[in-house]
Amino acid sequence: MGRKNILSLLILAGVILALPLGLGNSYYLNVLVFVGIYSLITIGLSLLMGYTGQISLGHAAFFGLGAYTSGVLSTKFGVSPWLALLAGIFVTGGIAFLIAAPALKLKGHYLAMATLAFGYIVFIVFNQASSLTGGPSGFGQIPRFRLGNFLLRSDVHYYYLVWTLVIVVLLVSLNIIHSRVGRALRSIHEGELTANIMGVNTAKYKIQVFVLSAVYASLAGSLYAHFITFLNPTPFGFHFSIVLVAMVAVGGMASVWGAMIGAALLTILPEYLRAFQDYDILIYGSILLLIMMFLPQGLFAGILRLIKKER
Amino acid sequence: MSLGDQLLQYLFTGITIGAIYGMVALGFNIIYSATGIINLAQGEFVMLGGMMMVYLTAIIKLPMVVSFFLSILIVTAIGAAFERAAIHPLKSPSVITLIIITVAASILFKGGAMFAWGKHTVSLSPFSGEEPISVLGATILPQTLWILGIMAATVALLILFFGFTLTGKAMRACAANRTAASLVGINVKTMVLLSFALSAGIGATAGIIITPIALMNYDRGTMLAVKGFSVAVLGGLGSNVGAVVAGFIIGIMESLGAGFISSGYKDAIALVVLLLVLFLKPSGLLGSRERAEFKKF
Repeated sequence: MGRKNILSLLILAGVILALPLGLGNSYYLNVLVFVGIYSLITIGLSLLMGYTGQISLGHAAFFGLGAYTSGVLSTKFGVSPWLALLAGIFVTGGIAFLIAAPALKLKGHYLAMATLAFGYIVFIVFNQASSLTGGPSGFGQIPRFRLGNFLLRSDVHYYYLVWTLVIVVLLVSLNIIHSRVGRALRSIHEGELTANIMGVNTAKYKIQVFVLSAVYASLAGSLYAHFITFLNPTPFGFHFSIVLVAMVAVGGMASVWGAMIGAALLTILPEYLRAFQDYDILIYGSILLLIMMFLPQGLFAGILRLIKKER
Repeated sequence: MSLGDQLLQYLFTGITIGAIYGMVALGFNIIYSATGIINLAQGEFVMLGGMMMVYLTAIIKLPMVVSFFLSILIVTAIGAAFERAAIHPLKSPSVITLIIITVAASILFKGGAMFAWGKHTVSLSPFSGEEPISVLGATILPQTLWILGIMAATVALLILFFGFTLTGKAMRACAANRTAASLVGINVKTMVLLSFALSAGIGATAGIIITPIALMNYDRGTMLAVKGFSVAVLGGLGSNVGAVVAGFIIGIMESLGAGFISSGYKDAIALVVLLLVLFLKPSGLLGSRERAEFKKF
C-alpha cells in the first residue's frame, strides 16, 4: 500500500498516542472522540463517493442503525455492548445489502434521491417505533464498554478505543484501495461501461463497497451509543447525512486522508463557532457551496494544485 | 360521520395537498428538462414563497394581492440569482458536484430564512373566508378551491407558454436536445437561467397558497422537495401531465394512509412510493420508455 501511506499511518499513530499527554483538558479529548467516530464514517463514504463515484445522501441512517441496534440490544435485552456492536454490524450490513442491489443500478441524481428517501424512512421509523426506540425523546442508560473487568468510563479510554479502531479501518481501507479491488472501484468512477467491458463486475463491486461503508458507519454508531449512553433520533436525520457528505467533500473526496481531515475540520470548526449558535447552518452551507464551486476536488487537493501552479 | 363521509373528507384533503406536491414536481421538471439537474433546493423556493408572503402581509402590511405577486417576483429573482451565482460559472461539473451544490444552496436558503424570520412557525389568513363549505357530508375549506384554481391557472399558463410562445418553444427544444438547440441558434445558457426563474416562481406560488392551510416554517423545504420529487418520479420525470396526476395520487394515498393506517408514518408513504418506482420502473407512470432511454438513471 505504498511507503507514503505506511509512514502517514505511523505518524498518525504517534500523534494519537501523544495527544492526550499534551491535552490536559478532557473537553478537547471529548471533541477528538467525535472526530474519530465521524472519521470512521467518512473513510467509508470516501471509498463510496471518491473512489467509486457513487453518492449517498442517507449515510446518517446507517450510523443510526448501528447506534440503535447496539443501544436497544444492550439496554433492553442485556446483551453485552461488544456483542451488540457486532449485531449492529450484521443488521446494518444486511439492510445496506438489501438496499444496495436495487439502488446501485441507479446513477447520479436518482441514486442520491433513493438514498435520501431511504435515510428519511429510517429516521421516521426511529421516531415512530417508540416501544423500542423511545420515540422522539429517546432513551438513556446505555451501558459502556468493558474490557474484561475494566469499565471504559473516561474520555481518555474512549479516545484510545475509537482511534485504535480508526487505525484498523484505515489499514483495511488503504489495503483495499491499493489492491485489485481498489483499481476496479476507480475504474467504475472513470467509466462504468468501459470497466464492464474490461471484465470488471461493476455491480458486485458497487454493492460491496456500499455495504462496507455502511458497516463502518454502523461501527461508528455503536461507539457513539456506548459513549454518549443516550440516544434520540435527531443526530441521525437528513441534516447529518449532508454534514457527512460535506466532510468528505471538504477534505477531498478521492482520499481517505482527506475524508479524515474533513471530519476533523467540520467537527472542530463548529466548536469554535459556538458564538453563532444556530447560524452554523449558514456557515456549513457557504463552505460547502464555495468548495464545490471553486475546489471540487476538495480543500487539500485544490490547495496542492494551486501551489504547484504557482511554481 | 359515516365511513363514506370520512373517505370523502380524506379525499378532499388528499387532493388539496396533492395539488401542492404536483406544483413542486412541475418545478423539478422544468429545471430537469432544461438542464438535466435535479434541483434539491426546489422545496426551499416553496418555503421562501410562503415565508415571504407572511412577511409582506403581516409585517410590511401590504395588501394581499400585491403581496402575492411581489412574493412570487422576489422568489423568482432569488431563483435566477442562484443560477447566475452558483450554476452558471461551473465548467462541466460532475453530477456529484451539482448535487452537493444544490444541497448547499438549500441549506443557505434555509439558514437565510431562519436568519431573517426566525424559527417559529407562521400562519397566514385564508384568501377568502374560513367558513367550510359542506359537500355531500364532507367539508371543503374555501382555500382548497383557491389552491385548485391557482394550480389550474398555473398549468394553463405553462401550457400556453410552452406551446405558443417562442421562448417556451425554445425551452422545449433545449429539453429535447441541448446540442441541437444551440446549433439552431437558441441561447441555451439563457434558457437555463429562465428555467430556474420559472421553477422558483412556481414553487413560490405553491408555498403561498398552502400556507393558510398547512402553516409555514423555515424548516419545511426539504420534506416538500422530497415529496415533490417522489411525485415527479412517479409521474415520469419531465412529464408535466404526469406530475399533476401523480401529485393527486400521492396526496390521496398520504391522506388515506394518515386517516386509516397511522398518522406517524404518513410522511413515509411518498418515500416508499419513490423507492418502489425508482427500483421497479424509473421511467415513471407516464414517462415514455423511449425517452427514458436517453436519461441517466
